[in-house]
Amino acid sequence: MSATETWGIGAPLKRKEDDPLLRGRGTYVDNIDLPGTVVMVVVRSPYAHARITSIDTSAAKAAEGVVAVYTGADLRDDWKAAMPCAWPVTEDMKNPEHFPLAVSEVNYQGDGVAVVLADTRAHAVDAAELVDVDYEVLDAIVDVAAAAEDGATLVHEELGTNVSYVWPLESGTFDESADVIVKHTYIQPPLIPNAIEPRGVVARPEPGGDVTLWSATQIPHILRLLTAATLGMSETKLRVIAPDVGGGFGSKLDVYAEELLAVAIARRLGTPVKWIEERSENALATIHGRDFVTTLELAATKDGKITSLRANVIASMGAYLQLVTPGIPLLGAWIYAGPYEIPNYSVTFTGVFTNTTPTDAYRGAGRPEATYVLERTMDLLAKELGMDRVELRRKNFITEFPATIASGLTIDSGDHHASLDRLLEHLGLEELEAEQQARRDRGDTKQIGIGFSTYNEMCGLAPSRILGAIRYAAGGWETATIRCLPTGTFQVVTGTSPHGQGHETAWSQIVADQLGCDPSEVEVLHGDTSISPYGLDTYGSRSLPVGGAALWSAGEKIIEKAREIVAHQLEVAADDLEYEAGTFTVKGSPDKEMTVKGAAWAAFAAHNLPDGMEPNLEATATYDPPNFSWPGGAHAAVVEVDTGTGDARLIRYVAIDDVGTVVNPLIVDGQVHGGITQGIATALYEEAIYDEDGNLANGTMAMYLVPSAAELPSYELDRTETKATDHPFGAKGVGETGTIAAAPAVINAVIDALSHLGVTDIQMPATPERVWRAIEEAQQ
Amino acid sequence: MIPASFDYEVAESVEHALALLGADPDAKVLAGGHSLVPALKLRVSRPSKLVDIGRLSDLAYVRDAGSQLAIGALTRHAAVQGDPLLQEHCPIVSSTAGKVGDPQVRHRGTIGGSLAHGDPASDLPAVILALDAELVIVGAGGERTVAAADFFTGVFQTAVGPGELLTEIRIPKLGDATGWSYLKYHRRAQDWATVGVAAIVHRDNGTATSASVALTNMGGTTLRAASVEAAVAAGSSPAEAAAHAAEGAEPASDTAASAEFRAHLARVLTERALMEALA
Ligand SMILES: Cc1cc2nc3c(=O)[nH]c(=O)nc-3n(C[C@H](O)[C@H](O)[C@H](O)COP(=O)(O)OP(=O)(O)OC[C@H]3O[C@@H](n4cnc5c(N)ncnc54)[C@H](O)[C@@H]3O)c2cc1C
Repeated sequence: MSATETWGIGAPLKRKEDDPLLRGRGTYVDNIDLPGTVVMVVVRSPYAHARITSIDTSAAKAAEGVVAVYTGADLRDDWKAAMPCAWPVTEDMKNPEHFPLAVSEVNYQGDGVAVVLADTRAHAVDAAELVDVDYEVLDAIVDVAAAAEDGATLVHEELGTNVSYVWPLESGTFDESADVIVKHTYIQPPLIPNAIEPRGVVARPEPGGDVTLWSATQIPHILRLLTAATLGMSETKLRVIAPDVGGGFGSKLDVYAEELLAVAIARRLGTPVKWIEERSENALATIHGRDFVTTLELAATKDGKITSLRANVIASMGAYLQLVTPGIPLLGAWIYAGPYEIPNYSVTFTGVFTNTTPTDAYRGAGRPEATYVLERTMDLLAKELGMDRVELRRKNFITEFPATIASGLTIDSGDHHASLDRLLEHLGLEELEAEQQARRDRGDTKQIGIGFSTYNEMCGLAPSRILGAIRYAAGGWETATIRCLPTGTFQVVTGTSPHGQGHETAWSQIVADQLGCDPSEVEVLHGDTSISPYGLDTYGSRSLPVGGAALWSAGEKIIEKAREIVAHQLEVAADDLEYEAGTFTVKGSPDKEMTVKGAAWAAFAAHNLPDGMEPNLEATATYDPPNFSWPGGAHAAVVEVDTGTGDARLIRYVAIDDVGTVVNPLIVDGQVHGGITQGIATALYEEAIYDEDGNLANGTMAMYLVPSAAELPSYELDRTETKATDHPFGAKGVGETGTIAAAPAVINAVIDALSHLGVTDIQMPATPERVWRAIEEAQQ
Repeated sequence: MIPASFDYEVAESVEHALALLGADPDAKVLAGGHSLVPALKLRVSRPSKLVDIGRLSDLAYVRDAGSQLAIGALTRHAAVQGDPLLQEHCPIVSSTAGKVGDPQVRHRGTIGGSLAHGDPASDLPAVILALDAELVIVGAGGERTVAAADFFTGVFQTAVGPGELLTEIRIPKLGDATGWSYLKYHRRAQDWATVGVAAIVHRDNGTATSASVALTNMGGTTLRAASVEAAVAAGSSPAEAAAHAAEGAEPASDTAASAEFRAHLARVLTERALMEALA
């Protein structure tokens, strides 16, 4: 193997990040202990919907160690603007004003009503119990479909409706007279993201009214901008640092009440303020995902060519609009047709308020929701047509790229047949089907089922112009700086903000590959607005497709400047230099060469540079992607279902993904693993269960069933590779693929396992009780 | 997750523990802490004092006591699981201890705590009940022995009164003619039982002559499936007998299962447990 194969783009390099993290040497927000810190605890509403009639803080204020107690009314004037929503998806979208602490009404269980600040966490928790809040309890509405109906209980009385917006996208006309039309309604329940590190904040007042804010966030840059705006501060007064962050899955892609509270109160008290979320608090106070009710219709010719698609999506916003709440459903709007060519296309989204924790981005954000209903309906259509489900998918695949799809975007590349072929090679479908038949014939208690999901997703958020056209407030570019230090090492500053993805390793490999060094010679700085002043952070599988491209462009600028330096020093024409992996050689004189590292020293010493050239070798590039990136692939799940207990368990999971160029296969496999696990969790285990009064009934890790390795098989992973044509080295993004693909494959498999018993539908998650009821109903 | 404040004392002996408990009616015994500490952290339990019996190593044992085996209350689940005497003479107990929680839980949690806690979702109570075990309780008034049938009195309530300690569990040795099974349905490896079934079956030539069957999480306490036992004694097949499994039970409905589904699971698991015990 050549050197670059062992550490460049494509090399399975172990992650730089892991050693300190695995040894417990990471620095998470809770590890930041500043002298004089006061600890904040939030008093939260036990009711999902109530008017606050009075709050008595006197006993809490008198309790041991308490420094201050504030209610929503006390802090009302600290806010120069309401909590921010950056995505007003329609001109007339309803966005009820809300503040970090409720002032007169609470709208979900966990809504903050007061904060207690004390010298220790124990004192703060004790005193929080003494805050005496009187509530007038109001009727609550939890079910999103019911909330969308006329006459429903209103979350926000003053709006006169629970509907925040209706957003349609239509192209062509649905073929009502098609040979076959299938229509089905799907429920995708609310989910709790459960990052392994709950949220946490430390705000330190600095001299001159400045504040440093450490937050377990995915978005230090956006957080700085919007915290400053909400508090009426100059951005220059606020420095935001995302230290080691233990996962996010979208749940830390937000501007949260506690971040704003900590900054405001640190300024009031002149002492550092710390808030660390408790695990069960996280279940209520951190955004939830999904909570969609979707009706999907497909029309097709009798030989299986799909002609039309219509989706009607009702999406819960929860109680308020958070940072990008209303836009989440729309992130799927363009891909309800997945990898298939469907000429007539119409989707309508209705965003609806409910008395539940606000929803927002959760891994896949909009795209799992689209893929789930499409891939389930593909199986229904195959059944209706009496056609093989794999054949039906093949028949409708987009095969020519670039492909402009009915929703209006252009998919640059892909090869769905290749992924599906590879999947079938690994799967051994015939043997599985023979085994399935044998178990059916014997009437075994344990039946097996095989489910497919072929998908195409849209990530790499995002071309700024498109974001503008769909009314998102900011752009979608990313920026990177490379500094070539005199000793031949490289400092990279990125605007992405990793929280578990391994950017330090991957970015080092890219620089190593491009500029010819060892990855250990590259330092990657991120997540601190005073070190990386520009950036749009990490979400939507954007970091490599956008941030990686910015990094590559900065590398090209370095090479260009180095070329001039080398030409000058070797006294040859720049055109006579050939460049490969960090070394310039002179055409025809192989003994004459100089490296980028050598050029870096020359640029630093500056003794002998071309006339007029600035010293130092450093470059910054900002990359605005011309298009989204379009990963795709084919997944299959094999489940075993115990028809007695209703227990459904994965026995195999095969995933073929096309994520374009792979920078580090270990990291890609890790992302795919985690993604699949979250998709399986959605299909079989996880669901935030509310009672009709809006109480979260399973908000602990004992009752909210995050699956562990013990419940899951080892996944069988492989890849096909079509390079992204718009990206400098062909990468497409892998952060969400597994989650997007997995849930429908698993549910299709569960239904397949029970189809001989007459089962045709099962709701997610397919709990044993739902499986049992489905069998019972089918047998009647 | 910070408990309300409490005092803490380490018991040096059973007598010392009893004295400490007697002096404070709101004090609670701390054994492995794997049920009590979570309750403290959620502030659903607010004792004034914890009396830590965790260092009373003379309460951690498994002994041969003639026709019975005696298990000290402080024996950890992992020790019960690995004990050779239990594995030889009453393997349903060691095997079930191995199904409690996860390895961490099994290395801290104790058999005494599991029983004294009175959680209807715990696994060992059903086994103890099916075995007709005896439980030794000591208090200021001395020692008494309570039959398992009289031990579990309500949700989180047992015959262990305030100021008392459970010190020993006595279980019968099972002979070769006795089959057993404990089946636990749960979703994830570390979860409590949605429903569990303990079956002890006396076999004669491959058929059951009698059975004792006890259920986990089918009501406020573990309970005997008396109708199943009667059916087995009357010669019913496992399938026929199991159809009676939920008779008289009033299981809870919660986010893991409805009462109706629990009743179904009890029937399915009872049939499987009887079959397994017969095999
Ligand atoms: C993650 C997790 C998973 C678990 N899963 C399971 C499971 O699957 N199945 C299962 O059965 N259990 C499970 N448990 C509970 C576990 O088995 C507990 O350890 C056990 O139930 C209590 O034992 P302990 O020694 O920890 O008691 P503690 O928590 O110390 O005490 C429990 C109660 O019993 C009282 N007590 C304890 N010992 C005595 C005594 N000798 N005399 C009088 N009173 C006493 C205490 O005062 C307290 O009220 C789980 C626990 C956890 C944390």
